[in-house]
Amino acid sequence: MASEYTTSEYIKHHLTNATMCSTDNGIAFNKACADAGFWTWHVDTLAFSIGLGVLFLALFKSVASKATTGVPGKMQAFVELVVDFVDDNVKSTFHGRNALIAPLALTIFVWVLLMNLMDLVPVDLIPWIAGLVGSNVFGMDPHDVYIKAVPTTDINLTFALAAGVFVLIIYYSIKMKGITGFAKELTMQPFGHPLFIPVNFILETVTLLARPLSLALRLFGNLYASELIFILIATIGYFQLPLHFMWAVFHILVLPLQAFIFMMLTIVYLSLACEDH
Amino acid sequence: MNFNATFIGQLIAFAVFVVFCMKYVWPPLMAAIEERQKKIADGLEASERAEKDLELAQAKATEQLKDAKAQAAEIIEQAKKRANQLVDEETQKGHAEREKIIASGYTEIEAERNRAKEDLRKQVAALAVAGAEQILQREIDANAQNDIVEKLVAEL
Repeated sequence: MASEYTTSEYIKHHLTNATMCSTDNGIAFNKACADAGFWTWHVDTLAFSIGLGVLFLALFKSVASKATTGVPGKMQAFVELVVDFVDDNVKSTFHGRNALIAPLALTIFVWVLLMNLMDLVPVDLIPWIAGLVGSNVFGMDPHDVYIKAVPTTDINLTFALAAGVFVLIIYYSIKMKGITGFAKELTMQPFGHPLFIPVNFILETVTLLARPLSLALRLFGNLYASELIFILIATIGYFQLPLHFMWAVFHILVLPLQAFIFMMLTIVYLSLACEDH
Repeated sequence: MNFNATFIGQLIAFAVFVVFCMKYVWPPLMAAIEERQKKIADGLEASERAEKDLELAQAKATEQLKDAKAQAAEIIEQAKKRANQLVDEETQKGHAEREKIIASGYTEIEAERNRAKEDLRKQVAALAVAGAEQILQREIDANAQNDIVEKLVAEL
């Protein structure tokens, strides 16, 4: 914890995204974007998430294009382990053939896991580097350089993932059951009487919308909270060392678990969308 | 935690990543894994088959070994029999030879004896005749008494 901050300033600084927007005077950053409204971009979230996504895809692609059917190398064995793990989960949950579900699950699992793992990077490291770069290269006040390294603590990202899944849920519901089938599912359940159509519609719509909402908020909530605790631990001086260690060890479990839950629920929701009741 | 345009950027990034993964990452990896699974299954099957073949070959070899042993025993038996037969035959032959030799010896001895007897008889006859001649020189012509001498000699 840098000493020139008060604790609340420190926490606030760590929880603020680097933002970018275009104003009348051209592209502006951070505090200049306070009034920009919706058209503001969290450049740190975008950069880290896309960087990690590209890292994941580049790694897996390079293994995939060199993949041998004989004795695999260590890297290939590892990648195949991950792929096989995802494939097993998809096969045990999603019945039927679909070329999209498994790669989707793999992308979600590995990408979310990589983004979650950013949580284990010491909370001050990346902001400190960013502060140095910001003050030395761009001549900014280090206090004005914001950076949030864990993309999954950004609600925009978790909602984007959930929205992607939601679009697929709607798409597969309509594709597998037809528009009438989908409409029937929304209106004739759980009470199979025309009189109950409005009640059913409200209930089913809530059910439908609760899925992406819970996906997004679960991931965001868990990661935001754990990041917050990491930051809080970082404010208490030397005692942070054992505490930080314990919290980090705990997150070796939590971070993959959150990625796994997101993947599994995606598979389950899509499997529900594809099946007739 | 303001909701803003980052959402759109992330949505696009997510879609691009999923499509890329679906097109270029998943199929080759899955193909490699499935190919290897097939190879392993084939290998296991082949090894099982080889094991069975080996068992069969071992059984066959044992069978052949047993046959060969039986055959060898038979051959030895035959050889023994043949040897005994030969020995018997030779013994018999030897016996026969001995008998023959002995028989021929006897005959020869008999002939020799007869010859000796004849000689002796002749000599005795001659001696008798000579003796008688000397005795009778004074009284009788030898020829007149010859038949008596012959009779004497024959009685010998």
